[in-house]
Amino acid sequence: MRFPYSFPLTRAFCLYLGQLSFLAGESFSSIFLGRIRWRLVLNQIVEIGFGSQAVVIITGIFTGAVFTAQIFFQFNALNMSSAVGPVVSIALCRELGPVLTGLMVAGRVGAAICAEIGTMKVTEQIDALRALAVNPIDYLVVPRAVAMMISMPLLVGECIFFALTASYYVATRILNVNSVFFLQHMWFYTHTKDMVMALTKGFVFALIVVFVGCQQGLTTSNGAVGVGRSTTEAVVISSLSILMINFFLTMALNIIFPAGGKF
Amino acid sequence: MTAVVGKNLIEVRDLRQSFGGQEILRGVNLDIPRGETTVLLGQSGGGKSVFLRHLIGLIRPLSGSIKVDGEEIAHLDERQLEPVRRKVGMLFQDGALFDSMTVFDNVAFPLRERGERNEKVIREKVDRSLELVSLKGQDHKMPSNLSGGMRKRAALARAIITEPACILYDEPTAGLDPIVSDTINKLIRRLQSQLKVTSIVVTHDMISTDHIADRVALLREGRIHFDGSLADLHASTDPVITDFIEGRSHEID
Repeated sequence: MRFPYSFPLTRAFCLYLGQLSFLAGESFSSIFLGRIRWRLVLNQIVEIGFGSQAVVIITGIFTGAVFTAQIFFQFNALNMSSAVGPVVSIALCRELGPVLTGLMVAGRVGAAICAEIGTMKVTEQIDALRALAVNPIDYLVVPRAVAMMISMPLLVGECIFFALTASYYVATRILNVNSVFFLQHMWFYTHTKDMVMALTKGFVFALIVVFVGCQQGLTTSNGAVGVGRSTTEAVVISSLSILMINFFLTMALNIIFPAGGKF
Repeated sequence: MTAVVGKNLIEVRDLRQSFGGQEILRGVNLDIPRGETTVLLGQSGGGKSVFLRHLIGLIRPLSGSIKVDGEEIAHLDERQLEPVRRKVGMLFQDGALFDSMTVFDNVAFPLRERGERNEKVIREKVDRSLELVSLKGQDHKMPSNLSGGMRKRAALARAIITEPACILYDEPTAGLDPIVSDTINKLIRRLQSQLKVTSIVVTHDMISTDHIADRVALLREGRIHFDGSLADLHASTDPVITDFIEGRSHEID
């Protein structure tokens, strides 16, 4: 029985997953073999990490603010306004911070990576690299992957910091929550493991965004229309993957770092 | 022990390729002699560029053998192909300059990638290369600010800067006016006489062929239809060849 061929979608999915794994495998082998162009990595950190800060900070501030307000409206009715701090903090560290940063970076960086590499592909610049005995994975994918792996956890941390700052401001200055209660409860219920979870998720989302973007770019064909299509697909695939993989990551990481406790 | 240097730099045997069920190359056999300019003629869409790309492993053959400098390359992977690619330069049809870099950085790129760190040496070599293609003083420009002919010449400067043993030209005069085409033709000739490189030129431009060819091969329906000297080509009475040379189609008006 020709099982995979009977289900074209299953076949296409397996093929895509295979290509993605191959690209990731090649990139990691290059990284471990030391084929890293550090000058390009630094350029990409500026482009990806430094350049994404405004988007991530604004996302963090308004998410923290609105989430605090909404939690306060619900909890205040139950006379539990002092629980706003820890709830907001844990939700931001464990879920909202990494997921929203991942989605924003997928939209900004994933699209840019795919469009740039895709344009290089359709204008034969990738073939020119190969003809000049330069491996496109070493030259294009590895610097972006390393830059993302460094930048993304930092961006997630930055997003959470600004979200919590906004949360503190909204809760204490606008909604009149007692600032000592807010900070003390937040501090008491937020643990190192919540932050570790955030950074771990950020790292995984970085890999998704960079490899999906590069894979879509490297397989672009059909000129300008193809670049547009690939870029859209890169954003859609990486955003949906982040949302889906986040669920499984939450379940897995909750085994390693169970909620509550003291650590 | 000295390696035996064969007469031919590249030997292709029974090369086959197909895309989307359509057979493009149906068993191509061709030898490329060292130090000569071989022009590969053929109709547009006839598989000339596809053939050229096989010679440095940009496309893998379905079957057949490709030997470059005595080494079989048909089965090599990307990393194993790198030493072969260092011996062969390629000029792409639209130049394929890296559009994020200036002309200088484009031309310096192969040197930097091969570990040259001395900026003075890089500057000297880039200047010499740009002078050879008559582009001196244009090194600060971005590729988007160059004309089609200048882009091709800059790309040629990039291809020759590492002094490869062989240069592959993909339609070097396509889309250029006759004057710029003539400049490119003279350049190909000059590079051959000055750098003693083996050249393979894919084109359907007969004026260019007459100007640069030592040997000519005609690719037709996925096979080599003719392989001989330029004089043999012009002396041929084969209707396929005469039609091609005179640009005659058999479409009814």
